[in-house]
Amino acid sequence: MIQKLCLSALAILFASSAGAEWELNMPRGVTELSAETYNLHMQVFYWCCAIAVVVFGAMIYSLVKHRKAAGAKPANFSHSMTAEMIWTIIPIIILMIMAVPSAETLIKLEDGRKPDLTVVVTGYQWKWHYEYLGEDVAYYSSLARTSVDARRKNSGIDPNTVENYLLDVDNPLVVPVGAKVRVLITSNDVIHAWWVPDLAIKKDAVPGFMNETWFRAELTGVYRGQCAELCGKDHGYMPVVVEVVEPTAFQNWLDSSRPEN
Amino acid sequence: MSSAEISTHHDAAHGEHHGPAKGIRRWLFATNHKDIGTMYLVFSLLMFFTGGFMALIIRTELFSPGLQFVHPEFFNQMTTMHALIMVFGAVMPAFVGLANWMIPMMIGAPDMALPRMNNWSFWILPVAFGILLSTLWMPGGAPASGWTMYPPLVLQTGDAFPFLIFSVHLMGFSSIMGAINIIVTIINMRAPNMTLLAMPMFVWTWLITAYLLIAVMPVLAGAVTMLLTDQFFGTSFFLAAGGGDPVMFQHIFWFFGHPEVYIMILPAFGVVSEIIPTFSRKPLFGHDSMVYAASSIAFLSFIVWAHHMFTVGMPLTGQLFFMFATLLIAVPTGVKVFNWVATMWQGAMTFETPMLFSLGFVFLFTIGGFSGLMLAVVPADIQYHDSYFVVAHFHYVLVPGSIFGIMAATYYWLPKWAGHMYNEKLGRIHFWMSAIFVNVTFFPMHFLGLAGMPRRIPDYSTQFADFNSIASVGAIGFGLSQLLFVYIVFRCVRGDGATATAEVWDNPRGLEWTVPSPAPYHTFEEPPEVTDGKAFS
Ligand SMILES: [Cu+2]
Repeated sequence: MIQKLCLSALAILFASSAGAEWELNMPRGVTELSAETYNLHMQVFYWCCAIAVVVFGAMIYSLVKHRKAAGAKPANFSHSMTAEMIWTIIPIIILMIMAVPSAETLIKLEDGRKPDLTVVVTGYQWKWHYEYLGEDVAYYSSLARTSVDARRKNSGIDPNTVENYLLDVDNPLVVPVGAKVRVLITSNDVIHAWWVPDLAIKKDAVPGFMNETWFRAELTGVYRGQCAELCGKDHGYMPVVVEVVEPTAFQNWLDSSRPEN
Repeated sequence: MSSAEISTHHDAAHGEHHGPAKGIRRWLFATNHKDIGTMYLVFSLLMFFTGGFMALIIRTELFSPGLQFVHPEFFNQMTTMHALIMVFGAVMPAFVGLANWMIPMMIGAPDMALPRMNNWSFWILPVAFGILLSTLWMPGGAPASGWTMYPPLVLQTGDAFPFLIFSVHLMGFSSIMGAINIIVTIINMRAPNMTLLAMPMFVWTWLITAYLLIAVMPVLAGAVTMLLTDQFFGTSFFLAAGGGDPVMFQHIFWFFGHPEVYIMILPAFGVVSEIIPTFSRKPLFGHDSMVYAASSIAFLSFIVWAHHMFTVGMPLTGQLFFMFATLLIAVPTGVKVFNWVATMWQGAMTFETPMLFSLGFVFLFTIGGFSGLMLAVVPADIQYHDSYFVVAHFHYVLVPGSIFGIMAATYYWLPKWAGHMYNEKLGRIHFWMSAIFVNVTFFPMHFLGLAGMPRRIPDYSTQFADFNSIASVGAIGFGLSQLLFVYIVFRCVRGDGATATAEVWDNPRGLEWTVPSPAPYHTFEEPPEVTDGKAFS
């Protein structure tokens, strides 16, 4: 039954996801660490599949062979030290195999030293504020006008006609490709969370506290995410958009964004 | 044992005047464990449909992108109330109801140890949920900050705020009293010769659960009390402006919240450990290691709470510790699953409805366990956290986990309660519909989460539309399937089925099968003779 469901789920998903921007799996992303995270995710997933084959395989075999209707006579055993040792020790070994690379990636994730650029991200109900530290550039980033119009209850606008519905902003965060960007995150009111799947970053914005994370995007492009911590009625309407551009384009953008212009 | 003797003496004096009281007094002043068990189960069923109705409002709004039916404020109230009602109103009371009915009968005790407190712990619940549900009509609406009640957001709740806190306090009182009663009953009122290790698994898992409840419900009460004083009495436990820390609430909440997860699943482990041996016609494999595994899970549940908070900004060493501790829980949980499979192995299985629900439990709970393992890996968790992947994960352990466990227990013991068999054919249809729709509802949510859809949002970007539609169809199907359950139980209780024998099933183990069906109003007024073969499954 499970297999049938998985197969039909897969069939539906291949039929319907054609043309979708995002895959059904976690994105591999555009940073070294997002790729590592993706690999960890797949590694644990494959371990789970392997364990599932063994456990569900034994169970299904038993369900077929050891049925009363098939003439099975019940055995009477209720203990086996050997078996129990095996299924205690093998999982421990598998867990250690999972834990080591996870710890390695985690240690890299936490190493935000020597950034090329620092951005302060502040969560508001319900928009983001970006400040380029030491650059005199700061601005709010709110849901794009097109989505604001379409999102109202019974607005009469079909969301399918709105480009990047609920995932577009007026002013995206702009960063240079290849630069190590340190992100300092805080909030002005309630807790929010700044999440960009392609950068493998999610960090809570906690009022009164400053959290730190970092990323180094290796490809130019526009990467979209959303607030991930419930923050009130418009929690679903404060997307995060990061535009990764060439360093010269970034410098031009930065210069043109200073207040004196 | 003295209580059993007293009760025997008492009954000899009053003869047969000791039946149930008439009319409403029977229920209002109930002290009989079977009556109180019934009330718990009926209450739980009502809450299951109330919370389920809210889930269907959520799924209806999420059927397609755009906002069609409710406003975002109301949507958040629905997600919050759905969770509070399902956790505290449906799942927990159902297990307490099963404990009330079955624990005295399984250990050969005449009743629960503290019958009047038992009455209290039940009747507090309708009051608590009456208060909670009444907040829907208050200015500012019902609580909308999620069942996790994180500050500062929860402090923006309208008039409902103090009522939310008070109803959580009441739920805590009820749970603590219920837990005390269960512990005292199990420790003091077992039949002579029933050693602790000879107890049935359902009794064991409930004993462990009751200790967990006593340990963590006061912690929750403390956390919400601090919210109350922050709001009304000028303290700053969780307000940074006054020197407090909002994240501290999350640490305290999840110190309660993670054991709470096991409070909702350990009794289901016990149920399944009763049912699989019966329908495999074989003793439970590794009874003692099942006890040790459940105890290890309970112990570990106290040292993994921060795995719900990997994105709050924790020191690296903290993240590493909570990752390793969380991964470790897979070991005793694995032991349980392997032992269930070993119990089936070389048995002679039949597939009556309780067995079907138990097998569904083992399959689907294990899938929830796999996603749990994935969530333990911190870098990956940073992607999964607060996405639909998490929604998929905890619904897999709670719906085909806890709730299938409750369904299995109901079908298993219903003939003992009602004295009649339920309709087996309809029971099987109920199982297959539930099992199919539960997967249609929750499996696509894994994909939604991985693709980047956050949880608790009323509207979503168009690339999430297909899976959301599938999930909504599944949810409506699952909800409708449960009406069949009510119909089956109603017909059985009304006495439509064949008369049940004392054993009901094919040579099951356990003292509950030595008393007639339906179980008389008073059972085991004389403590039973316990031999190893009959005592535990
Ligand atoms: Cu937010």
